[in-house]
Amino acid sequence: MDTNDSLRVASLWHSMHAISQQLSPTTGCSGIELLEADTFDLHCFQSLTGTKFFVVCEPGTQHMEALLKVVYELYTDYVLKNPFYEMEMPIRCELFDINLTQAVQKDRVALLGR
Amino acid sequence: MIGTGKIKQYANVLDKPLGKGKQEVSLSAFAFLFSELVQYNQTQVDNISELETRLEDAGYAVGARVLELLCQRDKGNRRETRLLGILSFVHSTVWKVLFGKVADSLEKGTEHEDEYMISEKELLVNRFISIPKDMGTFHCGAFVAGIVKGVLENAGFPAVVTAHFVPVQGQQRPRTTILIKFAEEVLRREARLG
Repeated sequence: MDTNDSLRVASLWHSMHAISQQLSPTTGCSGIELLEADTFDLHCFQSLTGTKFFVVCEPGTQHMEALLKVVYELYTDYVLKNPFYEMEMPIRCELFDINLTQAVQKDRVALLGR
Repeated sequence: MIGTGKIKQYANVLDKPLGKGKQEVSLSAFAFLFSELVQYNQTQVDNISELETRLEDAGYAVGARVLELLCQRDKGNRRETRLLGILSFVHSTVWKVLFGKVADSLEKGTEHEDEYMISEKELLVNRFISIPKDMGTFHCGAFVAGIVKGVLENAGFPAVVTAHFVPVQGQQRPRTTILIKFAEEVLRREARLG
């Protein structure tokens, strides 16, 4: 998935998330947390500042919330403390990518045992 | 009331003992501050070498002060006169005070007599920083190079100090080397001292 596609998905998701907050029948709704479809699941985590992290995975994958929290931590460390990152731009930080793949790898090993 | 002891009042603030102070500062706080320092300097300069010079100057001021403080606090007001002495001082004491650990290694350059290298797997200041590809050889360790330069020059060992990335086989991230090139007079003086 190239940058343009990710930007498209991200903006689509942002709007859906905002609309769902308004539509919800219960009060105090903070947006969509889980979207279950036939071929994928989409877990979303919203930080206190409104930045949303979402992960698309196979249906029925466990512990995605924990992964999202880890990604949030990596984001605050390797992206926000990087002087060369401009806010709202696509993230092109080497350290963030390296640590992200490591975290996903570790998760995959833990969940699937391989 | 909790914590009321008799605190000795000093008539003159200069008489107060120079305490060791809190040894630790939050790493995140420092990382954000350093990131702002780099960003601010980026807006003031036109090219990368100027940015490195600015970071080095900022580090120079730190180095000068650290030298004074450590000489008074840790070395009992004695100063180093020999080359190896000042280098091991930088390598262990200064690094310990600034970064909480001694530097990884101190080596003498093989090609030139006046070159020495302090290497570190990853500088503390660079821990969260990823240099974008288009910045080429820029190194935020120029700040640390400035600190070393400040310490050396104010101790009487003028030198040119730079920071470099050295790629290592088998590791994704390159090592950092601080290259110290002493001035002629330092070597001559060292040779005279025997």
